Amino acid sequence: MTPQPNALEIEDLVMHFGPVRAVDGVSLTIPRGRVTALVGESGSGKSTVGRCVVRLVEPTAGTVRIAGTDVTHLSRRQLRPHRSTVSIVFQDPAASLDPRMLVGEIVAEPLRLAGRRLSRRDRDARVAPQLERVGLRAEVARRYPHELSGGQRQRVSIARALISDPMLLIADEPTSALDVSVQASVLNLLADLQRDIGFACLFITHDLSAVEYLADDIAVMYLGQLVEKGSRERIFARPAHPYTQALLSAAPVADPVRQRQRQPVLLGDDLPSALDPPSGCRFRTRCPLAFDRCATEVPAQTAIGDGMAACHLVQPDGTGPDVRTADPSEVLS
Amino acid sequence: MTTATAGATATAGTTAPVLAIRDLSVSFPTETGTVSAVDGVSLDLAPGEIVGMVGESGCGKSVTAMSIAGLLPGSARITGSVRLDGTELVGARESALRRVRGQEIAYIFQEPMTSLNPVLTVGRQIGEVLQVHERMSRRAARARAVELLTLVGIPSAAQRVDTYPHQLSGGMRQRVMIAMAVACGPKVLVADEPTTALDVTVQAGILQVLRDLRDRLGTSVLIITHDLGVIADIADRVVVMYAGRVVERAPVNDLFAYPRHRYTAGLLSASPQPGRHAGTDRLTEIPGLVPVLSTQPDACTFADRCPAADERCRDAAPPLAGVGGTQHLAACWHPCTMAPEEANR
Repeated sequence: MTPQPNALEIEDLVMHFGPVRAVDGVSLTIPRGRVTALVGESGSGKSTVGRCVVRLVEPTAGTVRIAGTDVTHLSRRQLRPHRSTVSIVFQDPAASLDPRMLVGEIVAEPLRLAGRRLSRRDRDARVAPQLERVGLRAEVARRYPHELSGGQRQRVSIARALISDPMLLIADEPTSALDVSVQASVLNLLADLQRDIGFACLFITHDLSAVEYLADDIAVMYLGQLVEKGSRERIFARPAHPYTQALLSAAPVADPVRQRQRQPVLLGDDLPSALDPPSGCRFRTRCPLAFDRCATEVPAQTAIGDGMAACHLVQPDGTGPDVRTADPSEVLS
Repeated sequence: MTTATAGATATAGTTAPVLAIRDLSVSFPTETGTVSAVDGVSLDLAPGEIVGMVGESGCGKSVTAMSIAGLLPGSARITGSVRLDGTELVGARESALRRVRGQEIAYIFQEPMTSLNPVLTVGRQIGEVLQVHERMSRRAARARAVELLTLVGIPSAAQRVDTYPHQLSGGMRQRVMIAMAVACGPKVLVADEPTTALDVTVQAGILQVLRDLRDRLGTSVLIITHDLGVIADIADRVVVMYAGRVVERAPVNDLFAYPRHRYTAGLLSASPQPGRHAGTDRLTEIPGLVPVLSTQPDACTFADRCPAADERCRDAAPPLAGVGGTQHLAACWHPCTMAPEEANR
């Protein structure tokens, strides 16, 4: 028996927009049925990775394989049979749902684009269970997006993404535009659907609390490159890369007693430009532990379990300094 | 209306509040009728205190903030009282308000790029405030601008003073906004979602600047946010708003440890907690939707979404009243007595 191909394999993905090096050599694998969170700050290139995977843009270099099929440079026509294997949910459902279409038409559109000619009755019959699955009543099919709340609209986006039974779902900041109480219901829904249906998911977000709740694995991105990969348990318990450590230390927890005992690592506000990224390690201009070698030598990826960290200070056994506790002068002496 | 009967209770000890809001209500006429945005909000801000106002979109927190120094459009109908060191601001003349803004009460907003003038250097923009309000010379204003940029943690301020807003990162721009806001030494700084557009590593630095200003200059800060993590980090006291009303008010530790209003408890258990994963845990959802109100009903506005609501909640609006100590107030007929985890079960 041949092993089943992974849901997603990205190798050395490069995406340049003119002089902007948005993504610069990203490799990432998501096995079937796993949720991988792609974490990073604005401008890190995480959304561009998602857009390359669904081929909204054609990568400059590298390979994207979905369920074993190389889709990197397929034409629109060649892509069509693969469109149903991967779907995407965007951040702002108000912007990603066509205001002139009924919800029923929106949810059924992936079937229409796959070339299925459905009668109105067949379409309604396909749409109704999808809406119910995301917690909406079947009557919603006859409404327009503007008649729905933000949370309901995001449920419609999810129903549309899942109607073709994709093997892989790209969720690009699916809860960031929603209020806390609505976020909870959408996160619960994604968790339930993922467990019941078993699709793989690339969960793109800057919200670390949502990551811990939803993800199996985590990849951390900084300025177009991955700096660390690992299991959720390992990344949250023992982050190896100074950037991951800083990110975790800076995200406030909703508990004043604990929050006020924490010491966030302040990185400075000056993010380098993707037009002219720093030499060597791209994080060195904000890293509290940077030393001479970081400017001259691109750090190799040190394997840690199934994951990795790209930092000169991380030892072959995966250990290294922690910027949250380390005094920079001691680390380097 | 009987919503905010306990609102007039003094807050912290004997210190007179620098800002005292009493029974503030704001409504807007629209094509489809009046919308009541704020209903009977009362709130004190003591000198050097940081009060966090938290709530979801449409709860009236920004409208409350804007109404303090008369920043709302003329169509807004405002009743109640806002006193700054005893001086009434509601209904004050525009010329009087203009003196108050900048000098006594300063604002910073979510998106610094839209608040800064793109064709002026940051030094000129900060200097302008000083030239207008403090009648400084241009040269003195520039020198003071450099000091202010240093105060808000901008490295090499002497060079940065001549840069344009687009040359700065989002975090730096927000620091410039703060420098401009505190240029005239205001008593009150109103920060409306100051870190929402920023990354977490930058957010931590901005919150630190706000705390430093309070510690060093004694500025009182009203910070408005939807982010409970920000509140937990910086606020001394917290005001929770829902559908235009204050539903709970408490010192920060009390609020997070023992939320009394079920909306507060719901918000707290809706956000994912460290160490929890979907495999073993479910987030608590708050069923239903936030109501859009034309008139504020004589009922609890949260009743339709509340697990503990009964007849009484639909018949009369609960006043903001003391629950377990004078500092902790909740507008609820059936305040919870349990930790947030159990409160929604």
